[in-house]
Amino acid sequence: MHVPPELLYTKTHEWAKRDPQEIVVGITAHAQEELRDVVFVELPKVGKVVKPGEPAAVIESVKAAFDIYAPVSGTISRVNDAVAKAPQLVNQDCYSKGWLFAITPSVPEDVSRLLSPDEYTKQIQTATH
Amino acid sequence: MLKTALHDRHRALGAKMTDFHSWDMPLYYTSILEEHRAVREALGVFDISHMGQVLVAGPDAVRTLNALMVSDISQVAQGRACYTLMLNEQGGIIDDLIIYRLGESEFLVIVNCGNRAVDVAWLAGHVEGQTTVTDISEGRSILAVQGPRSSRVLEEILDAKVAGLGKFCIAPIRTMGPDACLARTGYTGSDGFELFLPDRHALRVWDAVLSMAKPLGARPVGLGARDTLRIEAGLRLYGTDMDAATSPIEVGLEWTVAMNKPAFIGKNVLVTQQQDGVARKFIGFELSQGPVPRTGMELAVDGRRIGMVTSGTFSPILAKPLGMGYVEPAYTKPGTTLTLTVRNQRHHATVVKLPFWKGDAKTQAALTSPAAPTRERLT
Repeated sequence: MHVPPELLYTKTHEWAKRDPQEIVVGITAHAQEELRDVVFVELPKVGKVVKPGEPAAVIESVKAAFDIYAPVSGTISRVNDAVAKAPQLVNQDCYSKGWLFAITPSVPEDVSRLLSPDEYTKQIQTATH
Repeated sequence: MLKTALHDRHRALGAKMTDFHSWDMPLYYTSILEEHRAVREALGVFDISHMGQVLVAGPDAVRTLNALMVSDISQVAQGRACYTLMLNEQGGIIDDLIIYRLGESEFLVIVNCGNRAVDVAWLAGHVEGQTTVTDISEGRSILAVQGPRSSRVLEEILDAKVAGLGKFCIAPIRTMGPDACLARTGYTGSDGFELFLPDRHALRVWDAVLSMAKPLGARPVGLGARDTLRIEAGLRLYGTDMDAATSPIEVGLEWTVAMNKPAFIGKNVLVTQQQDGVARKFIGFELSQGPVPRTGMELAVDGRRIGMVTSGTFSPILAKPLGMGYVEPAYTKPGTTLTLTVRNQRHHATVVKLPFWKGDAKTQAALTSPAAPTRERLT
């Protein structure tokens, strides 16, 4: 399963990309593979305050709805309108066009609690064995 | 976990498996949406061997079935099938089933897998005169071959005049011995067939259908798409849309009921319900966009709860969320606006006439062409 080396991860299968001003968030290849058939994405409103471990978005597959958690504390700065219009982008390109939302972080040290690519890879390997 | 004769094949095809009433069944092979489209546009093959096969036979088989089923089984001609319901004394649905008349006094009854033991016990406990009830499920498979390409592909494989078999007709597949039958029935809304076979034939037919139809866009289809297809076709699912506390009138299946029959279990309750009405009615509704309606979600009008969702999905063909469920009888008219609350957000839902998907021209043509039962033509 593809785990890009430049990203950080959560136990709940979100990826986080550190940009100068914000953290961009999406779900991992492992997560989209498990969900399959994404048919609806509910994104947070820009300006919403989020905390780690709190649901920030919802992805629905044909079979069920799944909460997507904020990896870090902060304020939603941008959301991906394209993925709201074309939810299949999550399946087709989860690390790029299928990004979900961006956060302006309020607690810089939150990032240090995220998983490295190696740690996340170990987690999904353990879970699938 | 129970396994069908095709279990190894499902694994080899990389299926994601799921526990369905203790059966280890394929949920999907690649994608529910792709498998759904394959059925609507070309062909899909399903392993539904988990369903129960029960033989009801004997000189009094018609009398037995007529006392238990809501339909008039005496009106079902040899080589024909009937979708019907079996009720308890309270008028609640024990199961919905398809009864195929194989011979003058021989019927193949297909029951839901979760109800198999209950159904067999109920049938056996209510036999009239000379009737035998035999659960023949063990050692037998059921394959469903569904979609507009089904009849051409099966005709090649079975070397029989499949295309001439009318809708809801059944005929033996003579090349496979006396125990193999083919029926033009299904649970998808598309044209298609179900094959009732001894296990030894299942893998050969499965592989033959897929290898022949693959260039046409055929796919193996799991229970995931079986569910989305049946919802699009407005077909109810036992255990989800109806149960032993649901009457045929509530769930909108009164068309199956022969009220002119002198008696059948549950009839008196239905007579009362016809006079007095029922408190809830089954409907279909759609959203123009937004989240997927899920089992148990509330339906409201003007802030007041008036019903509940029992089934929902996203329709890949109609490209919108669809739902079915129960509402108070005042809100069943197509066009009525309901409110579906999902995660504290309100969404407009519009009541629509079932089925959601009404079939394409090709399907309709296939189903209305030569309809005479062609039992003799299959050799």
